[in-house]
Amino acid sequence: MYEKEKDLISAFLRGEVDRRGMLKGLGAAGLTVGTAGTLFNMMSTQALAADFDWKAHSGKKLKLLLNKHPYADAMIANLQTFKDLTGIDVTYDVFPEDVYFDKVTAALSSGSTEYDAFMTGAYMTWTYGPAGWITDLKEWINDPAKTNPQYAWDDFLPGVKNSCAWNGQPGGALGSDDAKQWCIPWGYEQNNLSFNQAMFDKAGVSVPKNLDELSVAAAKLTKDVGGGVYGIGVRGSRSWATIHPGFLSGYANFGQKDLNVGADGKLSAAMNTADSKAFHAKWVSMIQESGPKDWSTYTWYQVGTDLGAGASAMIYDADILGYFMNGGDNKMAGKLAYAPFAANPAASAPTPNIWIWSLAMSNFSRDKDATWYFLQWATGLEHAIFGATKMDFVNPVRASVWKDEIFRERLNKSYPGYVEMHDVSAPGAKIHFTAQPLFFDVTTEWAATLQKMVAKQVPVDEGLDQLAESINRQLQEAGLG
Amino acid sequence: MASTETLRRPASGFRISRKMLPYVLSLPALLVCIGILIPFFTAVIYSFQRYRLSQPWARQFNWGENYLNFITDPAFWNTLKVSLLYAGLTVTLELLLGLGIALLLQRRSTVNNFISIMLLLPLMIAPALAALMWKLMTNPSFGILSYLASLIGLHDFRWASSPDTALLTVVLVDIWVYTPFIMILLLAGLRSLPTQPFEAAALDGVPRSFVFFRITLPMLTPYILTATLFRLLDSIQQFDIIYAMTQGGPGNTLTVFQVEAYLNFFQSTNVGRSAALLIILWAITYTLSNVFIKNWLRLRERARGEA
Repeated sequence: MYEKEKDLISAFLRGEVDRRGMLKGLGAAGLTVGTAGTLFNMMSTQALAADFDWKAHSGKKLKLLLNKHPYADAMIANLQTFKDLTGIDVTYDVFPEDVYFDKVTAALSSGSTEYDAFMTGAYMTWTYGPAGWITDLKEWINDPAKTNPQYAWDDFLPGVKNSCAWNGQPGGALGSDDAKQWCIPWGYEQNNLSFNQAMFDKAGVSVPKNLDELSVAAAKLTKDVGGGVYGIGVRGSRSWATIHPGFLSGYANFGQKDLNVGADGKLSAAMNTADSKAFHAKWVSMIQESGPKDWSTYTWYQVGTDLGAGASAMIYDADILGYFMNGGDNKMAGKLAYAPFAANPAASAPTPNIWIWSLAMSNFSRDKDATWYFLQWATGLEHAIFGATKMDFVNPVRASVWKDEIFRERLNKSYPGYVEMHDVSAPGAKIHFTAQPLFFDVTTEWAATLQKMVAKQVPVDEGLDQLAESINRQLQEAGLG
Repeated sequence: MASTETLRRPASGFRISRKMLPYVLSLPALLVCIGILIPFFTAVIYSFQRYRLSQPWARQFNWGENYLNFITDPAFWNTLKVSLLYAGLTVTLELLLGLGIALLLQRRSTVNNFISIMLLLPLMIAPALAALMWKLMTNPSFGILSYLASLIGLHDFRWASSPDTALLTVVLVDIWVYTPFIMILLLAGLRSLPTQPFEAAALDGVPRSFVFFRITLPMLTPYILTATLFRLLDSIQQFDIIYAMTQGGPGNTLTVFQVEAYLNFFQSTNVGRSAALLIILWAITYTLSNVFIKNWLRLRERARGEA
């Protein structure tokens, strides 16, 4: 029964038939969607298990620490597949993002063996790695006895994969040959424009192509749309999270850096150059003229919900915020559009700084081999396809998922322009910060300085000079400068 | 007689010598002290170390360097200034308001009892939740308080998002949450005062202001001192309201001790600096407590005619 259909799915899993061909074939055979899905899952599991002993750790138990996020939701929805495949029992704790990283820090710094693996951002591994709290995963990735031959490590987007690898040397290049793979990318965010097309039409504004045009467009939107709508949503809270999205993406596009790395490996502040000051001045002026009134309290949440509620006309922030605000119960669902954004008029392409939700292995895990089984399954192609096509697992980190026609078609249908935006900006997408242990000190103080500039407590030039002086002092105190 | 015998000779036959009894009785307190003292002295040791979790190889004793760095660090002096200002403002305003409300509700009646219970409701709300509630109410775009402010001509009032008004905003939230605490303490004090001096003053036709300043206030002072001590210690250690509303911003406007220490530990993983900040905070609270307790004891002795 269903032998022909099984052959067709097997051919797809071997790469001999594309996804569209497989679905057409299954449709022609008269299979219902449910039956096709069941067959597909069954065959996928068999294919996964074909050349690899997934049952090697059967009967063991793992515990995960997760952030409340659509990526975690997608994994939980598919977790039974992993349990069936491996015989490993998995439990998890989910915490809201406000307290999530405090929980991770508390668990890891105390050497707790409670959690085997956890969600993290790449920036956090610059603390966790040198502290000895997480494991270099290269040992497992490069071990054919422990890693499924179909894992396809090379399938990960290079900029994303390399951003999760660091050699631990302050200022060391991400993804260098001697880098340690502190985490495996799971899903990632580029920073581009998401905007309300109807508001753009009403104000007669076209999509801005650089920072100057962005400022002008935001001002016109604030003035002409009416109803208290403001032109541009960007983050502003006193936190590192204010610096890493649109701000650093635009900043990097002008070739500006956070820190200089000297020939002797010493670090020094680089944010008080003339070009940096010019960029800051434009950014600050844009927020003063066209940002939200309470910008200094804005996190990703306020930036996103304002766009979804029609309180803002445009955001320069995580693309997935634009994705999620374009669906669900949001007032502006179906009305949002997307555009890649290069802040520098002289730049050939966008250079979005990226946030990567990743999975890392606790160094205190009691069973690292079994934990690796979970990590490779959760970051494997099959789960990525499941998440991307059946759940809201955007943006996937594997090139083959972005090539998947069903995934692209699904996005193009419901989120027009999203795929094009991703494809244009993906080549320049990577972490543009300097990897070093004082990342959170530097970026939090940078955000506080931006707040002072926007509030006109300090002029831009003077503020950046003070910031650079303070950062240099801290780097010296920490033996890095 | 029988019950005394039972106490001396427990049914189990287990005997505690008279000499040992004080030590046994104080054992639970000793255990609690150990539970407090171990983390305390650990923090003291950390405060004398260069200790960042992200640079474990660089961990070493730097003795007083963390403290010495504070002297030349403008961020520290700002923290000290903001913490003291916040504590001073909140305690003073809450004391005035709490005393005023307590005086209004002093007379026992069904209505007054009901109002005093209702006024306690803000105290039942977690301060972090109260802060989030106020964050919504003060939203410049849709907050009800922003709307009310606009009615009295305060257009574009930015509450916690402006450095000019951020302190005022968090002080308002603190007042809303904690004034009932002072009110209920002072109300209890007012209702427990002896009636004779007031009756005598009424018979002599003494003016109300004289009664308040020369009879009520002096007799209420021990209660005021107690309420002030509790609130001062709590205010100077404020975290949840400020962090939930502003994360210490805008700029460094509200980087009080606890916020700064929290960010230093959980974000920067700078354990040494975080511990040094908390030890300084402890020294301040310890000094304040001593001052208040000494004054409270002096007043109590005076009331008993011993001083």
